[in-house]
Parts: sequence; C-alpha cells; structure tokens
Amino acid sequence: MTDVDTTRSPRIPYREMEESHELSHVAHPEHDELLTLNIGPHHPATHGVLRLLSTLEGEVIRDIKPIIGYLHTGIEKTAEDKSYWKVIPVIERMDYLAYYFNAMAFCGAVETLLDLEVPPRAQYLRVIHLELNRIMSHMVWLGTSALDLGAMSMFWYCFRDREQILDLFEMSSGQRMHTRYFQVGGVFEDIPSGFMAKLKEFTDVMPTRVDQFSDLLNKNEIFLQRLRNVATVDEETLLGLGVTGPLLRATGNPWDLRKAAPYSSYDHFEFKIPVGTVGDNYDRYRCRLAEIVESVRIIEQAAEGLPEGAYITENRKYALPPRHELATSMEALIHHFKLVTEGFRVPPGEVYYPIESPRGELACFIRADGSSKPARVHMRDPSFVNLQALKPMVQDLYIADLIATLAMLDPVLGGIDR
Amino acid sequence: MPDATGLELIAQELRDRDEDGVLDTVFFRERAAVLVSPASVPATLEALRAKGYGFLASVHGVDYFPEEPRLGVHYELIDMTKVDRIAVRTRVPVNEPTVPSVTAEWPTANHQEREVFDMFGVIFEGHPDLRRILMPEDYEGHPQRRDFPIGGEPILFTHNEGDVPGWWE
Repeated sequence: MTDVDTTRSPRIPYREMEESHELSHVAHPEHDELLTLNIGPHHPATHGVLRLLSTLEGEVIRDIKPIIGYLHTGIEKTAEDKSYWKVIPVIERMDYLAYYFNAMAFCGAVETLLDLEVPPRAQYLRVIHLELNRIMSHMVWLGTSALDLGAMSMFWYCFRDREQILDLFEMSSGQRMHTRYFQVGGVFEDIPSGFMAKLKEFTDVMPTRVDQFSDLLNKNEIFLQRLRNVATVDEETLLGLGVTGPLLRATGNPWDLRKAAPYSSYDHFEFKIPVGTVGDNYDRYRCRLAEIVESVRIIEQAAEGLPEGAYITENRKYALPPRHELATSMEALIHHFKLVTEGFRVPPGEVYYPIESPRGELACFIRADGSSKPARVHMRDPSFVNLQALKPMVQDLYIADLIATLAMLDPVLGGIDR
Repeated sequence: MPDATGLELIAQELRDRDEDGVLDTVFFRERAAVLVSPASVPATLEALRAKGYGFLASVHGVDYFPEEPRLGVHYELIDMTKVDRIAVRTRVPVNEPTVPSVTAEWPTANHQEREVFDMFGVIFEGHPDLRRILMPEDYEGHPQRRDFPIGGEPILFTHNEGDVPGWWE
C-alpha cells in the first residue's frame, strides 16, 4: 500500500473501463435487440449527479445500474484530520438537505463516547430544528418531485414555505444552510427573542399549506395515474435491501427510530407514524406528506414545553465558556485556549449512533483512539442504501415511470457519495 | 441492546455452534458487539438472524493502524420486533484482506461491501460485482486507509501542469 504511486495514471482507455458493466445477463429470449441508454449524470430528473445505465427493450426497462461517486468529496477522510468540533461543519455537507441530522448523528456519537449529558433545553432545541429540517427536506422533495411529474406551480409553493424555515434557521444560527448550530454537548447559542413568535406563525400556517398541497395533488388525475400502483415493492424485499424511512413505512412497516429508540427526548412528544398500505409511489408520497403534519405537531409540543436552563453542557472541558467569563476568569481562558487549539480528547472506543433522518436510518460510526481527532468517521447514509432498491422498483416498468419512481425514492446525492 | 450478560449468553451460544468463531465480546456504552473470525462471519450473521436480528443496517470498514490485524469490517444488526441492536466485527490483516461476502443472504450488503473494498481494499469473496463504487474505476490505492496521505492527489492548476505527469492522457 505504501509504495503506491498516486500520481501515476494507469492509462486504461475509457471504453475498456466501461466493459466492467456487464449486461449480457439481461438478454431477452424473444427480442435480440436491447438498447443501452445512459441517463445522467447531468440530468435534472436524476435529482443530483446520478448516472443510470439502463437497458431498454423498447420503452421498458429490463435492467438498471446506478453509477455513483461523481460527488465524492472524501468527507470521511477529511474528518479524520480535524479535531472533533471542527468535523461538524464538514459532516453537515454530506446530505445537504438534512444538515441538522448529519450534525445530530455526529454530535450524538461523540456525546455517547464521552458519556456526556445534554441539558434538556438543548435537547428540545435540537428537536425543534431537526423537525424543521425534516419539513424543509420534504418541501424540497415535494417541489422537485411534482415538477418532474409536470406540476410546476408546486415547485414555487414548496420553495416559498421552505424559505420560511430557512429564515428561522437564519434567526437561530445566522446561516440558512449548513448552520453548524449543533455542538457537542448542546447547541451553539440560545434562540433569539422573536424566534418563538415566528416559529408559531410557521406552525400555524404549515398544516393549512399541507392541506392545500393535498387538494392540488390528491385529486390530480395525471398525478394519480403516474403514482398509483407504480413501482410497488413489498416489505420483505425492502427489508432485505436495508431500506428504511418513508420508503419502508409506505409498505406498512411502522419502523421509525424516533419511536423505536428515542433519542434527544423524542419520547416526551406525542406523534403518530404515518404508514402506507401497498408500498407504491402513491403511498410514498402520502407518507411523506403526512409526516410533515406530524413534524409540525412535534415542533408545537417542543416549543410549548421548552424547558429553561442551559443550552449547552456546563462541562467546560467540552463546551466553550461564555464570552464574558474570559475577561475575568483565568480558568475560563485556559479552557477556551485548549478547546480552540487542540480541541477536547475523546476516550478510545467505537460507537454507532443511529437517528431517523428524512430518508431513513442515518447513523454515524466513530472510532476514537484517545486523541483529539477521530480515527474513523463513517456515515451510514440512508440514500446510499436506499438507492439499491431502485432496480426492484423500476424493473419491467416504462422509462417514464423511472422518473416518477426516482423522484419518490428521494435520493440526495451529497449523502450517497459523501 | 442486550446487556452485558445477554451479550455473553449470545456469545456462548455462538461458541457452541462454532468453537473458534467468536474471538471476543465488547460491551461499551451500552452497545454490544461480538468479534468473530473472518471465515465465520456468514455463519454468525445467520445464527443471529435465527435469533431475530433480521435486519442488516450497516456494513462499514475501519482501519486499526498501527494495531494488527489492521482492517476491520463491522456489521450492524437490528432486531425490529424486540428493538435491539448488536454489532458483529471482524479483523483481517492487510496482506490477506479477504472476508466472505454476505451479499447473497443480505442483499443490502452489495453496495456497502463495494464501498469497503473501494476505501479499504478488503476483498469480499463471492461478491457478484466487486468494483469500486465511489472512487473512479482507474484509481489506485484505498484512500480510507490510515497510511494513505491526505492531499496525496495533485491538484491541477496551470502553474503546475508541467509537474503532474501524464494528466492529459
């Protein structure tokens, strides 16, 4: 390994590289001609830089191979070279529609390694932001998916409501995306005055908006024709493929980590898990839409019962001291210096910390070796695993259904390629 | 999670089936893991599936450099009825990094084993399509290994295009 010369190119001609995509096994007995069609990586309907090598017989898909890696940025490798608190901003950029979830999985894993208690107020603030993020992610999904199916106005409506959420993120953290709001031990800052009023405004209006979306889409004949009984995959197949999240729940399996293994005080809130019946595209759509309403309920309860107290752990070994202490306390100054230069050290150990992201089980695996930098960070990203279900979903369907199915699969390529 | 005693009971059951299979048990922060030999990974996963751990959540690689054997492969299992998790871990040396593939029994392992192969160079014997998945197909080396340098890839600018050999081919 050490003697590998990374600067040398092996000079494999492009054609030869492509030969590894063996397609002879799909040869159809009745027709001797199959068409290989390359979709993407630059195509608006692939929702990112996804390339699909499809084998068509007429307009029917007989085989499909997702080819990924175009967005691979080596974030897991980068994380190994940064102290724990500096990993948060890079790790947020993996699944770029679920940045609070990436940060939550990472911070949760580090807190488990440290055996660090998170104050209740921080846990509630995390829940509020996680659920806002879930709605925001579903808004982007709904807008772009409806756009794929020809409902263009949905795109504007969804992005209008997404703006409201981004405004809330901007209030609490100063950033609209990749906010770096979650810290190890709590959150970066307390919410500003006026945040709660604006949040209430949002939670009041959002359920009515979901009703409007339902009115627009649920009785839309084109929408129904393209979703109902399309790409139905049963629960067993999905479980075998490791699929989680709304895709699994659409088949009627109510697996949701917020209920099954509550983290960050999710057990304090009352909410339901929407499930589907047959597991077709329509169920996937309805599950996500219903999840938005449940997320709003969680936010309302968390805002109502938001406890007073610290928003980040009082343990100065892991959280920065308040700014005003630096002027008066020598100890605070030392802690501050240690934290921003070396960072905190984490005892050796390995932890796998799963949470429920908008797309399924998002887990962070960290191996700590006792130093102030992680020895290994791995994100089990739901998009990466769920993408394997694309083939059983679209096999023997028309190519137009592929576009609808891919939209309902909701892959985020930043999360797939990491 | 099984508690520390529960983990030992599971490990004992696994030992009864295959005496040399289970090498160690780890119970850390309420999380249970069994360390098994590479050859007994498929049998262990099957035995745990029979006990109810029917969902393979994740397969990921670790490099334990400088400890030996260096490379690790972790399997995270879930019991969805009892809401329980257990991890199966195995370690292989760099000069002989082979682990039997579990893709046939657990289809979800397909992409994830490819990623471990891509990033760590662990060879999964019996995998139907063991190719690189995230890195380019003509890439050399396994970038997630601990001795793979960060910044080892030359970044091409106009000022250094003469120093980067063969980039134009």
